[in-house]
Amino acid sequence: MVESSVERSALRMVNIEKYFGLVCALRKINLEVGANEIVGLIGDNGAGKSTMVKILTGVFPPTSGELYIAGKKVDLRSYNVKQAHAHGVETVYQDKSLGEKQVMWRNFFIGREITLPFGFINVKKEKEIANEIMVNTIGFRGKGITVDSRVSKLSGGERQGVAIGRAMHFEAELIILDEPTVALSLKEVAKVLNFVHKIKESGKACIYISHAMTDVYEISDRFVIMDRGEIVADIAKKDISLKALDEFLLEYSHGMKDKVEL
Amino acid sequence: MKKGSSFLKFLGKIEGLPVAAVLAVLYGILIVAAPRVFTGFRIYMSFLQTVPPVLVCALGLTLVVTAGEMDLSFPAVVALSGFVFAWVFKTFHSPWAPWAGLVLALACGALVGYINGILVAKVGVPSIMATLAAQFFWYGATILLANGLQLNIKEVTTTLVHTIFVGRITIGQVPVPMQAIWSMGLAIFLWFILNRHKFGEEITFIGDNANVARVMGIDVVATRVKLFTVMGVIAAFAGLLLTLEINVFFPTQGSGFLLPAMAAVFIGGTSIAGGLGIITGSFFGAYIIGSLEAGVVATTISGYWVQLIEGLVMGASVVLNIVIGEGHITTFSNRIRHWVSPDRSNTRDEGN
Repeated sequence: MVESSVERSALRMVNIEKYFGLVCALRKINLEVGANEIVGLIGDNGAGKSTMVKILTGVFPPTSGELYIAGKKVDLRSYNVKQAHAHGVETVYQDKSLGEKQVMWRNFFIGREITLPFGFINVKKEKEIANEIMVNTIGFRGKGITVDSRVSKLSGGERQGVAIGRAMHFEAELIILDEPTVALSLKEVAKVLNFVHKIKESGKACIYISHAMTDVYEISDRFVIMDRGEIVADIAKKDISLKALDEFLLEYSHGMKDKVEL
Repeated sequence: MKKGSSFLKFLGKIEGLPVAAVLAVLYGILIVAAPRVFTGFRIYMSFLQTVPPVLVCALGLTLVVTAGEMDLSFPAVVALSGFVFAWVFKTFHSPWAPWAGLVLALACGALVGYINGILVAKVGVPSIMATLAAQFFWYGATILLANGLQLNIKEVTTTLVHTIFVGRITIGQVPVPMQAIWSMGLAIFLWFILNRHKFGEEITFIGDNANVARVMGIDVVATRVKLFTVMGVIAAFAGLLLTLEINVFFPTQGSGFLLPAMAAVFIGGTSIAGGLGIITGSFFGAYIIGSLEAGVVATTISGYWVQLIEGLVMGASVVLNIVIGEGHITTFSNRIRHWVSPDRSNTRDEGN
């Protein structure tokens, strides 16, 4: 019974806590993300979203708690960015996913180069695979963008597409999108959301963090709301309308609600 | 017309081409201005003899600048490594002494570089500050160790080390200095490291955006330490080439290398902001810088012109690099056409 529920989840956090000195940044976080589920993570600045992302991506370890990725327990003492990648956790940040002056194919494989003996890069193979991802996964066709284009030539939405395509290529179990649409025009936001739909179609799981309620609502299967280091609400999309969710958050941020039962 | 512009685009993609063109034009002018000097091979051989130490420093510095850092301490390493080699050679009268001196000199360079790397990457001192301090410290240490005196190592010319690193190799009846071959080999090797090796890709991404590098799983601290260590070894190698060539160590050797090496790197098109390194550019850049002074003097214009012309050539190269750099070349060629015949620019649009 326990076994099967573990198997079906891409991510399970059990009583994760994080203290910076005496300051509690995360308190008893229990969160499960299903194997093909998109969870919208909502919360104000300082709610603990980015602390949680940093723990998941191996930037720093939690003070206590357990972490399971695809049913496998993670050894948190040796967990780092490389380990997170090995476990299948990929992250797309608003602005630090790609080296802007670098060509596309290098961006796909940075940190995980396909190498020949002595650490030399297999350029031909990397370009081939990068091209494959661009054409088939991301769907950049006939736009004059090739694997040899520099990232600086891409629009904001296209850049996020590249980062998402890269995450999907590396067999991610869980893709974390950390405010991927901040500072993008509406047209570019639409592109990004389109890429997120592709994550869903490909059967992978995703945590989508954003301030833009309409985006989160459109994309997510479930909403998890954080405040002051705690998860305060966990609502399935079928149980709430966008308007209700919006109002709920507004009331919440005005301190009218303290703890919600749903 | 379309063919022409795509050809220009293709030219713009050849790495280091603008700088090579500047070098070619420079030699062209010199051949016209001082035909007696510049049509013989002697002057070129003398460049191949004097440029390599600066060139070697410039090649190492290219990696450092690509990573978004700066190293001001390499001239001091040139002095320190020269001293270590000369001292070991003079003190021990074994046939192995030159080899031991060579290894120890490179090791000293690695040590200086490693300390720089720790200060920059671990402690967090800005690299300009850390390496400026290192430059004073290691020059000071070298002067102290040498008692401020130069060391004459005339006997080194009979050793194998001398023959291997700064001897002459006859290529088509022309005696080419070995240091020119070594520095060129190093340029080719570092080109592969920068463009085809994990280490080069890592320093390029760190120079582009260290945060991106970090979240993509690159050990930024370790890579920076490695980078400065490599730079130390390369600068020590430059010191060896210099000391072997002139058969003497003197305590201020290398002090004139700082600005020429930096100029070579920036003429070559390496971005001062980091994230873009062009080894071939630094290679030709070093020869431009190294040829200017002798070239200008050979044309018999007054020596007072040397600096002004140097500045002019540097400025022109950097501007050319920016203009011809990716994406700009076609607009630039269109603009030239527009300048030449403004009317045609309208008809061209219709023609297309």
